[in-house]
Amino acid sequence: MLTKRLIACLDVQNGRTVKGTNFVNLRDAGDPVALAARYAQEGIDELVLLDITATVEKRRTLIELVRNVAREVNIPFTVGGGIGAVADVEALLLSGADKVSLNSSVLREPGLIDELARRFGSQAIVVAVDARQTTEAPATAADEAWEVFTHGGRHPAGREALAWCREAAERGAGEILLTSMSHDGTRDGYALGLTRGVAAGVGIPVIASGGAGVAAHFRDVLLPGGAEAALAASVFHFGDLSVAGLKNYLLTEGVAMRPVG
Amino acid sequence: MNIAVIDYQGGNVQSVLFALERLGMNATLTSDPEVIRRADRVLFPGEGEASSAMRALRAAGLDKVLPTLTQPFLGICLGMQLLGRHSEEGPAGGTELLGMLPFDVVRFTPPDAAHKVPHMGWNNLHDLQTPLFENLGGGGAGPPAAVPTAADYVYFVHSFYAPVGDYTIAQASYPAGAPFSAGVRYRNFYGVQFHVEKSGPAGEQILKNFLVADLT
Repeated sequence: MLTKRLIACLDVQNGRTVKGTNFVNLRDAGDPVALAARYAQEGIDELVLLDITATVEKRRTLIELVRNVAREVNIPFTVGGGIGAVADVEALLLSGADKVSLNSSVLREPGLIDELARRFGSQAIVVAVDARQTTEAPATAADEAWEVFTHGGRHPAGREALAWCREAAERGAGEILLTSMSHDGTRDGYALGLTRGVAAGVGIPVIASGGAGVAAHFRDVLLPGGAEAALAASVFHFGDLSVAGLKNYLLTEGVAMRPVG
Repeated sequence: MNIAVIDYQGGNVQSVLFALERLGMNATLTSDPEVIRRADRVLFPGEGEASSAMRALRAAGLDKVLPTLTQPFLGICLGMQLLGRHSEEGPAGGTELLGMLPFDVVRFTPPDAAHKVPHMGWNNLHDLQTPLFENLGGGGAGPPAAVPTAADYVYFVHSFYAPVGDYTIAQASYPAGAPFSAGVRYRNFYGVQFHVEKSGPAGEQILKNFLVADLT
């Protein structure tokens, strides 16, 4: 049967991973290609490369990085971070990326989703949605209000999260990468109410992101949360959870997983 | 060995070239009918939408060339679907395909909100036939294994599928219990619905089989 997916996210800047790792036996933990290959070998199901470079050199270094990752790694990967131009999406896909993730650019110009999906196929177009809970002290999940933000959670986009996810799906997105800015970095668990609402409300796969701390958080977001995939960064990078250990735990908890081995 | 990868603006050919490179093989990316005819093996990747892909093939004259090939030929993802007769994908009425295999491609109709389209992710192969799928080390030769191993899983991304028929040489199921064609064959024409070039060790083994196994 179709399994749920575990996705490791690598933040890259100027072609280097920027969040530290404590991987032993990895000669250069700052090299995203080495890190990506290491995760693939350990049994991760997919990778996301999030480029946070903000220079004019960005496009060239990112395309080079994508080529190098595609050359080494035999599992699918998505590339994201400040991508907007159709020509950039094309160059990244032709360089070997399987999917491109778009965020601010499609909020500014939603029609871009339609255009990119027509041109490259829905399977290649991921819409990344950064949402923040804006109700003060909601009593239950039903009282929560989730708004879309840009610029690392600083600028409200004037959109309600579920409505925007639905629109993105209708316009032809193949997948939603849903990050709770209210949970990101807390390690207290994923935003279950938000994820459940979006996963049940759109007909395309949803990747939950933000808040992973322990193995049970993955189970919660994949089973009751209903996400098709769970993304994490630091718990993998710092070795808190091994891919094999996490997958074995999830299998015993009844989550369909591609086993490691 | 002379390997041709067909270039018709059909998506992610670079990943297929890299996958061959990881196996130590060099391939020629080409749309030249003569180069394609002379190759020992032909790979036919495909991504995106069926009617645009057929338009690109016709523009390059490849719709006439491909059905006449006689060496082992492997269509990947949309490249597999294009080997059929007709697809529901495309403007009103769907798209006429290359017609080497007698199947009609249809869209997944999910039974409930928990089953998303596209069918995206790792799913296990079962009911495997032909040397294309040998040495996988999983339980794939028979019906779906109760506990599939890592070697049974490959990576899928697709919204349309070919139903199971006499031409089916591999199955996967979505939803569970509803099999579709994960692999097809007629004579020298093979096709796989999954992304063999992105399917980890299992994909590498299948790609290797395509290059070395007796597929005639």
